[in-house]
Amino acid sequence: MMRRLLAVWHARNLEFIRDRGSLLFTLVLPLSIIVGVAVIFGGPPRPLFTVGVLGGPTALVHNAFAHTRYVQFVPIANLQDGLHAVRHERIALLFAAGTPPHFWVNAHSPKGYIVERLLRAADPRAVRLAVSGRQIRYVDWLFPGILALNMMFSCLFGVGYVVLRYRQSGFLKRLHATPLTAFEFLGAQVLSRLTIILLISTVLYAAVGAIIHFHAAGNLALLLLVALLGALAMIALGLTVSARLASEELVNGLLNVLTWPMVMLSGVWFSLAGAPRWLRWMADALPLTQLLRAARAVMLYGAGIGAIAPQLVYLAVVTLVFLAIGAYSFKWRI
Amino acid sequence: MTSPILEVRDLVKRYPGVTAVDGLTFQVPPGMCFGLLGPNGAGKTTTMEIMEGILPPTAGAVFYRGKPLGERFRAEAGILFQATALQHFLTVRQSLALFRGLYTRGRDVEELLHACSLEALAGRDNRKLSGGQRQRLLLAIALVNDPTVLFLDEPTTGLDPQARRNFWELIGAIKDQGKTIILTTHYMDEAQMLCEQIAIVDHGRIIAQGSPGALLREHFAAVLLELPQAEFPPAARSLPLQLLETRERIEITTDDLDGTLRLLLAAGVPLTNLRMRPPNLEDLFLELTGHELRA
Repeated sequence: MMRRLLAVWHARNLEFIRDRGSLLFTLVLPLSIIVGVAVIFGGPPRPLFTVGVLGGPTALVHNAFAHTRYVQFVPIANLQDGLHAVRHERIALLFAAGTPPHFWVNAHSPKGYIVERLLRAADPRAVRLAVSGRQIRYVDWLFPGILALNMMFSCLFGVGYVVLRYRQSGFLKRLHATPLTAFEFLGAQVLSRLTIILLISTVLYAAVGAIIHFHAAGNLALLLLVALLGALAMIALGLTVSARLASEELVNGLLNVLTWPMVMLSGVWFSLAGAPRWLRWMADALPLTQLLRAARAVMLYGAGIGAIAPQLVYLAVVTLVFLAIGAYSFKWRI
Repeated sequence: MTSPILEVRDLVKRYPGVTAVDGLTFQVPPGMCFGLLGPNGAGKTTTMEIMEGILPPTAGAVFYRGKPLGERFRAEAGILFQATALQHFLTVRQSLALFRGLYTRGRDVEELLHACSLEALAGRDNRKLSGGQRQRLLLAIALVNDPTVLFLDEPTTGLDPQARRNFWELIGAIKDQGKTIILTTHYMDEAQMLCEQIAIVDHGRIIAQGSPGALLREHFAAVLLELPQAEFPPAARSLPLQLLETRERIEITTDDLDGTLRLLLAAGVPLTNLRMRPPNLEDLFLELTGHELRA
């Protein structure tokens, strides 16, 4: 019995070691995640609260509140921007110097409540001016990220693996013997996945939205445009990965190498606001970051098309570039 | 003379360290079933795939109706590969409809289901077909554009005898419609049954070409005697006879049956298990190459 067990044990070990995709996934990926998290969250303790200061930090120079630890003070150029930031909880409180000093706080914000207590302890003269704004719960903040993640996995793996399977099985070779062109085949793949993912995302949006009582602050048609461009960018990326490869291990490894940085760095789970600048630049280059930024802007803050135009343009450019690379390098057969 | 529908000129296909096709030249007249025969690795499938326009040759060219392969060829050619996967989760009818949708002209899906005896299977998942049923579906797909020229690459490999005979009947019906068929096979009975012309390929070269009957007449003027190896004494090997040894038997080709039998009896060869038969394409291949077709 032992001999047979050892024979199968040995063969399985060889299979695992020689499967580059599994090896990559098992060894390199956890290591990268740990290193990535250490880089993002390492270093000195980060501020817990952000306070906007009208007129810049110099306005606070003579106030004891300025010496509160773990509070980050950021300059706010004008009152309108500051109130918008308070309303949508991008800052916990807006401070304006004066005699007495004033501050604006979102009456529904837990962070606003705590920072107000800190400010009053430091300067009891400060006059409170309440701002009403819908509270953004963590689940609200997370919701666009989950939708975007689902879209990313479905598009990358749904397209990448399917095209690879078609090539490996010889189905692509059979199609190549018909009048079907590469452009038509790739176009059909894009449209099919686009239709499916938009339908799924719409159903998820409606169902989850009903469960968590979420209502988008912005225009739903604009949100659909964001989803459409985001999905196109992901599909194009998936097509590029699978355009000419025939090795399942390699495609699996590449897709994981692409997806995990997006999962970690795109701001799905936490904000990268305090991360090193180079990491934020890297995160900005990821299509999921741009998709998520636009989706959150529309869903949570009611942004219009002008506000998210840079994200939309970026996603469109990414789509065109990857589609061009995918179409140019496409191979029908192994 | 009728212009060839397909013409292969000086075709060469090289891979690193291997020449798969080594200067093939032949023509296929319209309405004919043309067989490319040879053992595994002879270059049949490579030649077929170049003729089908899906594999570029290293040198040489293929012409369809006198012109290089192009859009017209793709629209008018039907292909059954040696191994073809289909899209998952589609029924037989949906698989046919998918390929029908890729051509501007062609045959009705229901008509094809009937022609290839697939009506009862129309609603079945294509992954749940038997070998013979699957080959009938692949043949129906190859016919979906009502092709002028049909390529069949080892269409009956792996099928049981009953399924092979059913498939031959379908091919016979297609031949009756006047379509040109290019067939590769290593079943000699299949070639003899279906092909009007054959080319025997070995090591990427044509070693004989013509109609099966003409080739057999050319190479065998006589009958073939078969004796078991074990019953053939070593001394008899020096007899003045045309002998061919295979693993289990000795084959003697002769046009003087009486004289040969006398010689064998005189040499003490027992004739109890002697078999006499006319030569076939398998014998022709052995004669020409010295090794078996399925080697």
